[in-house]
Amino acid sequence: MRIELVKRPQHSALFCALSPFLALGLTLVAGAIMFSLLGKNPFHALYYYFIDPLTGIWDPGNRWQLHELAIKAAPLILIAVGLSVCYMSNNWNIGAEGQFIAGAVVGSIIPVLLPGFQSWIVLPLMLLLGMAGGAAYGAIPAFFKVRFNTNEILTSLMLVYVAQLFNDWLVRGIWRNPEGMSFPGTIRFSEYAILPQIWPDSGRAHWGFVFALVAAVAVWFMMSKTLKGFEVKVLGQSPRAGRFAGFSQARMVFFAFLLSGALAGLAGICEVAGPIEHLNEKISIGYGFTAIIVAFLGRLNPLGIVAAGLILALTYLGGESAQIAIGVSDKAVRAFQGMLLFFVLACDTLIHYRVRIIRAPAVKTGEAAQNA
Amino acid sequence: MLEQIIITIATAATPLLIAAIGELVVERSGVLNLGVEGMMIMGAVSGFGVALTTGSPWLGVFAAIIVGALFSLLFGFLTLTLVTNQVATGLALTLLGVGLSGMIGETLVGQPGVKLENIYIPGLTELPFVGKLFFGQDPIFYISIVLTFAVAWFLFKTRAGLTLRSVGDNHGSAHALGINVIGIRYLAVMFGGACAGLAGGFLSLVYTPQWIENMSAGRGWIALALVVFASWRPLRVLAGAYLFGAVSIGQLHAQALGIGIPSQLLSALPYLATIIVLVLISRNRRLTMINTPASLGRPFVPDR
Repeated sequence: MRIELVKRPQHSALFCALSPFLALGLTLVAGAIMFSLLGKNPFHALYYYFIDPLTGIWDPGNRWQLHELAIKAAPLILIAVGLSVCYMSNNWNIGAEGQFIAGAVVGSIIPVLLPGFQSWIVLPLMLLLGMAGGAAYGAIPAFFKVRFNTNEILTSLMLVYVAQLFNDWLVRGIWRNPEGMSFPGTIRFSEYAILPQIWPDSGRAHWGFVFALVAAVAVWFMMSKTLKGFEVKVLGQSPRAGRFAGFSQARMVFFAFLLSGALAGLAGICEVAGPIEHLNEKISIGYGFTAIIVAFLGRLNPLGIVAAGLILALTYLGGESAQIAIGVSDKAVRAFQGMLLFFVLACDTLIHYRVRIIRAPAVKTGEAAQNA
Repeated sequence: MLEQIIITIATAATPLLIAAIGELVVERSGVLNLGVEGMMIMGAVSGFGVALTTGSPWLGVFAAIIVGALFSLLFGFLTLTLVTNQVATGLALTLLGVGLSGMIGETLVGQPGVKLENIYIPGLTELPFVGKLFFGQDPIFYISIVLTFAVAWFLFKTRAGLTLRSVGDNHGSAHALGINVIGIRYLAVMFGGACAGLAGGFLSLVYTPQWIENMSAGRGWIALALVVFASWRPLRVLAGAYLFGAVSIGQLHAQALGIGIPSQLLSALPYLATIIVLVLISRNRRLTMINTPASLGRPFVPDR
């Protein structure tokens, strides 16, 4: 038995729309098998993963959970929207985690070093600094790629470790709160440096989620309605054609990395100025890497990414509720997310190819065809 | 003293060397597998788990190799049979490996480890200066050296090696010559997986004989960088791995001496060194162009 791919003359619109759902379905099946192997009732596990965090939709008592969902989804969507532009233009930025941390660190400069500076302008400055920090950190692999032809995958990833260690040093060293006992972390931000909540009555979701939605719509508009979006797609699919059209490959590398770096940086500063309220050593739960999955699950389309970001945020919350309710390890979340990306990539094959499963050896089918 | 330093450098270099040699073969066949980190950590957790339950470190090593190879098959099936994007699939393999290993290894955290003992040859191991270095290290060290030369010989001195390189340089022509491109790539990917698994097993059975989540700490990525650094040549991988081993041991010694530089910044040195080395090596555009397997990362669907 072999599997043979037959290229479709045109990509299948049906599977284009269907493949993310197919992938989700397969992930649920694989997840159910995984939970059974762990000795848990798979239906209970999947209920706590995907339904329990959503009970807030109809139950006002649990409305806070929807806020938590928005809090988790905000950085995922912000980062993934930026990454989609990178991946569309064939720039493999996998260091969003580092740009996220860089944004958080640079954005924290004002509230940490100038705690006395209290004015309404502090927060906008922090957000701008966060974006600048993320963009500057993203510019490093871009510069190396353009100037020295260095592989951006490896440099952007190495910079993640550097950023994590640098942040760790800051919050345990020169930026540590002297009154924080021996816990690593900076002083708590003043009220002017805190990102306001959207509806404080029912939960603590902050404006980062709104930024994420705005970013998604803005990038969607850019990609589908402007020349810049066309440039991104042309240079990504055929650099040669792009050159003939007069588009600059080098400038596109910078554009993609600066944009995704800025959005990751914004996600970083929103995370520390929002739910965490100070800078510490564990500001990210792997958002930068999970956002890669979000970008692909959303089929690199900013609007699809909003939906994908909510789904991946759900797995984080579901992981917590499943751990509390039935004792499934919180480590299962990462395995779950990894499986999801695998299925997404596998299902995308159906868009461009028809898959045929051939039972008889190839030679015999050839003969049979001749005889017939 | 000097001998001791060289031995510690060798211990730090061995996992990088093994994983990079495996990835070198994969890339020579034209496939870019970014999942080294994931295969490595899966090898580490399964090697440790099997050694702990059976009490035999050798069974652990064996399990690490098998699991690494099987895990790489997942990548192989997607990229070779379903022709998915190799970069994205490799990333997926790493994310899945890190997640799965954390889950599998949860009960293993804090368990006493089983160490693969260093070899001891009466008479030879006691030799001054060179005895411990040549006759008293862990068995995987010797495997790594033999592996490097075996791969160099295979790639450049055998017909099968030539076939593998031809697949990596021009899969269209290789296919036209009747070479089974996909089959060869499957074998190469599995060899890479087995090597990454062995490297992971080395970490949890020799380097620090215990299970710590994320214990590969980016070594899989450094191994990938080493392949580029070595411009796809096995003996240069050997040199590169020992250079990186020296950097990471150097920073550990500097931390122990307490020379006033914060430990986190010293820990960042191997990663910074990787970036610098990559930049220096890729500056020479012609050199990289000549050595890069021409079909690296390009999808292949046989026309019928």
